[in-house]
Parts: sequence; structure tokens; C-alpha cells
Amino acid sequence: MSSGYTPALMELIKKVEATRPARVEKARKGEHFPALTMEQRQEWLKKYHPDYKNDGRRQVIVGPNKGTVLPEEVASLLESKSRINPANFDLSRADYTTDLLVIGAGGAGTAAALAAQEAGLKVLISTKLRHGDSNTVMAEGGIQAADQEGDSPYFHYLDVIGGGHFSNQPELVAAMTNDAPLIIHWLESLGMMFDKMPDGRMKVRHGGGTSRKRMHSAGDMTGAEIMRVVRDEARNRTNDIKLLEFTPAVEILLDENGRAAGAVLYNLETKEYYIVRAKAVLIATGGFGRLHIQGFPTTNHYGATADGCVMAYRAGVRLQDMDSTQYHPTGAIFPEQNVGLLITEKVRGLGAQLLNTEGEQFCFPLEPRDVESACVIRECLEIGKGIVTPTGRFGVWLDSPMIDMLHGEGTVRKELPAKYIQFKRYDIDISKVPMLIYPTLHYQNGGIAINEWSETSVEGLFSAGEVAGGVHGRNRLMGNSLLDVLVFGRRAGIRAAEYAKGNNPSGKVTLSHVDNFNKEIDKAGIKDPGVGPILLPDYAPDHVRERQVG
Amino acid sequence: MAEDKKLKTLATGDKTIPPEGAKMIPIYIMGREYMVPETLTIMKAVEYAGYSYVRGCGCRGGICGACGTFYRFLGDYRLRSGLACQTVAEPNMVIMQLPFFPANRPGYDLENMQGNPHEELRRLYPEVFKCVGCGTCTRTCPMDIDVMDYIALMKRGDLRGAALKSFDCVMCGLCTSRCPAQISQYMAAMFVRRVFGKFILPKAEHLSKRVEEVKSGKYEKKLKELIGMKQEDVKKLYVEREREPDLAEAGKWMPKDTTNL
Repeated sequence: MSSGYTPALMELIKKVEATRPARVEKARKGEHFPALTMEQRQEWLKKYHPDYKNDGRRQVIVGPNKGTVLPEEVASLLESKSRINPANFDLSRADYTTDLLVIGAGGAGTAAALAAQEAGLKVLISTKLRHGDSNTVMAEGGIQAADQEGDSPYFHYLDVIGGGHFSNQPELVAAMTNDAPLIIHWLESLGMMFDKMPDGRMKVRHGGGTSRKRMHSAGDMTGAEIMRVVRDEARNRTNDIKLLEFTPAVEILLDENGRAAGAVLYNLETKEYYIVRAKAVLIATGGFGRLHIQGFPTTNHYGATADGCVMAYRAGVRLQDMDSTQYHPTGAIFPEQNVGLLITEKVRGLGAQLLNTEGEQFCFPLEPRDVESACVIRECLEIGKGIVTPTGRFGVWLDSPMIDMLHGEGTVRKELPAKYIQFKRYDIDISKVPMLIYPTLHYQNGGIAINEWSETSVEGLFSAGEVAGGVHGRNRLMGNSLLDVLVFGRRAGIRAAEYAKGNNPSGKVTLSHVDNFNKEIDKAGIKDPGVGPILLPDYAPDHVRERQVG
Repeated sequence: MAEDKKLKTLATGDKTIPPEGAKMIPIYIMGREYMVPETLTIMKAVEYAGYSYVRGCGCRGGICGACGTFYRFLGDYRLRSGLACQTVAEPNMVIMQLPFFPANRPGYDLENMQGNPHEELRRLYPEVFKCVGCGTCTRTCPMDIDVMDYIALMKRGDLRGAALKSFDCVMCGLCTSRCPAQISQYMAAMFVRRVFGKFILPKAEHLSKRVEEVKSGKYEKKLKELIGMKQEDVKKLYVEREREPDLAEAGKWMPKDTTNL
């Protein structure tokens, strides 16, 4: 038996096993736990979804979004002071000069670099970790594009905007859905190994909220394959695309006319700062999962600390929908090693139910992501029937053994090979015992306000990918984030090339916006403002921190 | 009583919370002993010991290849390997991460590639053909890829086989660091996978057709109409849209209303 669970948890699993035969019997007959009505959905969301809760949120009191209510973690970060004192910098010199500076080397940044290079620019990419360290590599499910005969960008548009509760910026949705087939074609020409039929036709599937089968994939590591391929291509163009790893940007430079003109970079290893002069700047730094909004674990990569939002904000760019976060309903909470690990929607698609500590169902397992998350939180926080782990986390059961009972022995191993291995490693056989899950912070819905050519309100400053907002509105469908990063990354590169060619930067650059922002913080009376961007999360345990005080 | 059962606390973020009464075990980070709670991954154990990662940490989910790690157990001659974010720390593990390894990666121009791919592979990576067949790469791979086998397929010119066999590679570089023939297996495999994807896998014809349509501006007018529409009208279109059946055959299924294709 699976010894990966503690005896106390094994005792609780008996309750799940006791109710399982009857539940499977019902599921076979097509009888489901009733889904919430539209009214209940709204009520549940308002009461239990972290986005709608007033605890842990407040108005931000400085900057372009002054007065907007945001999660505490985001508000505090936006009210942080710069890492640098502008007075220490001689801005008349430059350590690097380039046409386009790309900040961030995930999917969006790399796509932009390639597009800009093709248009004749010299590109410098600065990135905090390695080339490709990003949420792009972690996207498993797929990438949407309307390329089959029975589909068109028109229907893709409807799916995206409906999934976003009609809160998306229509122009961005149109740009993304129109360009989608071009992106898939571009990836094919770069040699990406798409899942295809023997005649070359793309294999496509449905995703949550799609009206057509348009989810393209490369095994269950679509994002990793995309990143490998575009990164490899960038490495073939090192004459024009230079890369600085472990060197994040910490501030944007503006020229006298308020246009973006470069950035201050920071070498994480030598602790040196560098000045980069550029004709155009792209912020493609990714999302904010590592801020752990309201203490939630996250599926995001190590560097997802919203650096780009902080820099753009100080340069005067408005952010939108930063109070909207996608919580994936099923993140692992046990064992401790798997905390934050994403348990794909497919598990519930195959029939696994969510159960409380009594082994009872409490919700329909395939509600929209935000509603499903609210149901789980309600069961734990309000009803009090969550399961507590030995590390003090809590959540509910995801009854994966039902899958084999419903679809035949071996289905779990065949359909969910990665998840099976990731638990088996810790002596938990998910085809025999359930998993423990709780919603996990998955995606930054909002971000830097852009138009359909990835331009921000600051001339010469572009933004693309998860750091930018508006494309998905307040809820994103599966398969549109990989698409988003590539569409708006490439658009940024193309438009930046047009802009840079006509742009002769004036001589002087400035950090006065940073000075002004620091003053605004002092004036607002913010006590003990933090320092931002934070660059890396701090996971040192308390017993270490106590001893770090000298 | 119901009130008491409500759970008020939220465990925070990724910071490790050792279970109550967790057994402490000794691990050796680059030779220095630290006591950490059992059951943590190497990555979380290293953080628990007080290290803050700059290098050697990426996705924390086993796919990015940033945290390749070698380790031995005290008193055991065998050198083992794994990803720090996926391997559980065990007592008396002596750990060294390998956050970077200088692999050989000659540049190439895929778009204008001349000649046959196998010859191009030989030109770019002649060392592949000097594999001594020791199998250390396969034993080292944290993704359980049979690296030596795909190198053998490359030598034979079976690029399809090599591409498929190497597909799960996270490019951590551990194989390369141990190769006595000094092969950069994962870089050669990257080249082969792109050659396979571009020249060997058949092209998607329906995609090329759609690309022509998009480039001709066919959808711009329709999309503009949608942008300009009142929200109620878009909602109506959304609710009324026809759903392609799950089991419909790709390329054969057509919606009843084809005006917006």
C-alpha cells in the first residue's frame, strides 16, 4: 500500500474508500453532483474567491494607479523604493549600446528578439536567470490557433472574450486570434515537433471553454518544446542577438522627451550595475506568482516576481487588472515536495471527484477554474471539512483511483504519466490512493497596459507576455498563454524595429522619474517601504533568518 | 462546535514547513554538514539550510533543467545524479549541483541548410561518431532517457528515432559532463529534433492554407465587426456558438453555419 501518506492520512483515506463504490456507480450512470446556478456561482465567487475578498487588499497610494485596490503584496511592491540611488550613476556613459533592449528571456522576449533581428535590429537580451527560465517552459497543455477548416479566428475570438467574462480588450483579442495560425506556422518552420497525424495534419483537442478543437501540442511539454526551439534559434543568431544572463534590469532609462532609452542592469553575481542605451525597450519579464498573493503556493518559476511591472510603473505606465489572479483549483499540497505542483484539469476530465474529509462530494468537479477554486476554499475555510497535512497545509481529496475504475485498469498510468511518476517517487500511487489538493496561484491575468502592437503609454517602451494585461481580461483559457507570449512578443519586435529605425535618440538620458517616485513615496508617508524589484523570492526559514542578524 | 472546525491559517508560499516531530537528517552540501528535516527535496533542503539560490534553480517543477545535481552517499563509491527539485534528500547525501556546464554548440543555419541532415550532423558534431558506448550518459540522465541509444541512432542516421527518443530532454547537461568521448549529447539532440520537425515530419497543409488566408486579410474585417459590437450582441454570439463534438474527425467536421469561417 502507499506508504507515502502518514498513518493519520491513511486512516482518513478509508473514508474516501468507503464512499467510492457508490460514487463510481453513480458516475457510471451519468449522475453528477449538481453544478452551481449562475447566481450561486457569483455568490460563491464573491464570498470565497481570493480575487473578491477584501481581506488582504488595499488601495495603492502612489503612482499611475493611485487609488486602485490591489492585493497587499502587489500594492506593497508598487510602493517600494528603487534599489539604486540615481545620484550615483553617470548617465553620460553607456556600458552597452543596442537598438532594442529586451528585458526577460522567456517566450515573449525571445520571440521579440528574433522578430526584431529579422527586421535588421541589433538586440540585447537581459535576463535574471538563464535564457528560457520562465513560465513558458512550464506550460504543459498546449497552444491554441484556429487553423482547421471548421474553425476560424472569429470563433477563437468569441471563445477568448467569453472565457474572460467580456472584460478583455477587444483589439488585443483580435490581434491574438488573427495571428495565431501565423505563430503555429512560424514554429513549424523553426522545426518544432508538433503532435501530428501521419499526413502532417495537426492533432488538435478541446480545452476548457473552446468551441472548436484547436489545442496544438508537443507531448505534455508544449511550452518546453517551444522554448527549446526559439532559444536554439536565438543562439544561431549571436552576431545580432547578445544575451546577458543573471543580469536583470532594475530601472528603465528615459530620455529628455520622456521616451524609453535603455535601462539599468544589475549583475546578480558581481553586484555591478550597468547602463544600457537603446533605441527601444521591451519589458517581457513574466508574471507575479512568486509574490505568493495571500500566502498561496504557486506553479510559477523561481523568477516570477513582477519586476517589469515595478519598473514600468515608476516610468509612468498604468497597470490594469492587477487584482485579478488565476488560481488553478488543483495544486498539490502533499507531500511537501510537491507543494504547488499543478494537477492538470485532465484528472477531473477523466472523472476524478473532489471530496472533503468525510469522503463526501461538495461540488461539481468541472466548474470554471475560478468557481471550482472558490468551492474548495469554501469547503475548507467555511464548512471546515478540509484535510490538514502534517505541515499545516490544508485541502481536499482529488479521488484519482476512480479513473481506473471508470475507464479500466492502467488508465491513470497511460493518460497521466508525468503525474503518476511525480507522486510514485514519494511512494504515493495515485491510481490507488487520492491526491491532496488546494487552489494554487497560477497566472497573472492583469499587467502593463498595452495596445495591439505591444506599445505602452511611454514612447519606445513595449511590453509583451504575462507581464502585460488586457488580453485575457479577468480569466484566461487554457492554451492562450503560450499563444499570447509569442503573438505579442513578435508584434513587439516588429513594431520596435519600425520605431527604432526612425528614432534618433537625443543625447541625454535620465533617471529623474525614479527620483520623483522615491519622493512621492516619502511624501505619501509610507513607513518602511520595501526595495523593488525584489528579483528573487526569499525562502530562508526563520531559524536561519534569526541568525543572519549580525 | 462547527465554528471551531473552521481552518483559519494559510500555510505560506513555498517556504518549507517541517512536519511536527519531523526527523532531522544530516546532508552534506558541498561537503559541509547541515541538519534538515527528512522528506524535503534537495532544493528545499538546501534552502532550509539557509542557502539562497541564484544559479541552480529555475522552474522548481522538473522541466527547465537548471538544477542538475550529483551526489554520493557517505561510504558508497557510486556517483548518482538527479534534479534537485525532484530528488528527495536522504541521510548522508553529499551534494553538488551543476548549474552550468560548457557544452559544445556550433551555430547553424537551419533555413538554408545544404546537403543531407546526417552529413550536416557529422560536420557540426563529429564527436557524436566517436561514442565509446560506455552508457554513462544513460545512467546519468535524470529524465530516464536512454541517451546512449539515441546517440547510436544518430550514428546510424536514424534521425527520426533520435528525435523521438530524446524528446523528454530538459537540457540539464549532466550527460555531457560525464561523457568520456566529450560529446555534447543534448546539443546534438536539439539540432536533430529541429531537423526532424522541419524536414522529416510532413508539413500541415491546412495550416499553410490558413496562413495565406490570414495574410490576405480575410479575417480582419470580421474581427473588426466583433470589436465594434455591443457587449450584449457579442454575448449572444458567444452563448449561441456551436461546439465541435469531442470525437469529430479533424478536417472533416464543419459547423452548420459556415459564414464566419
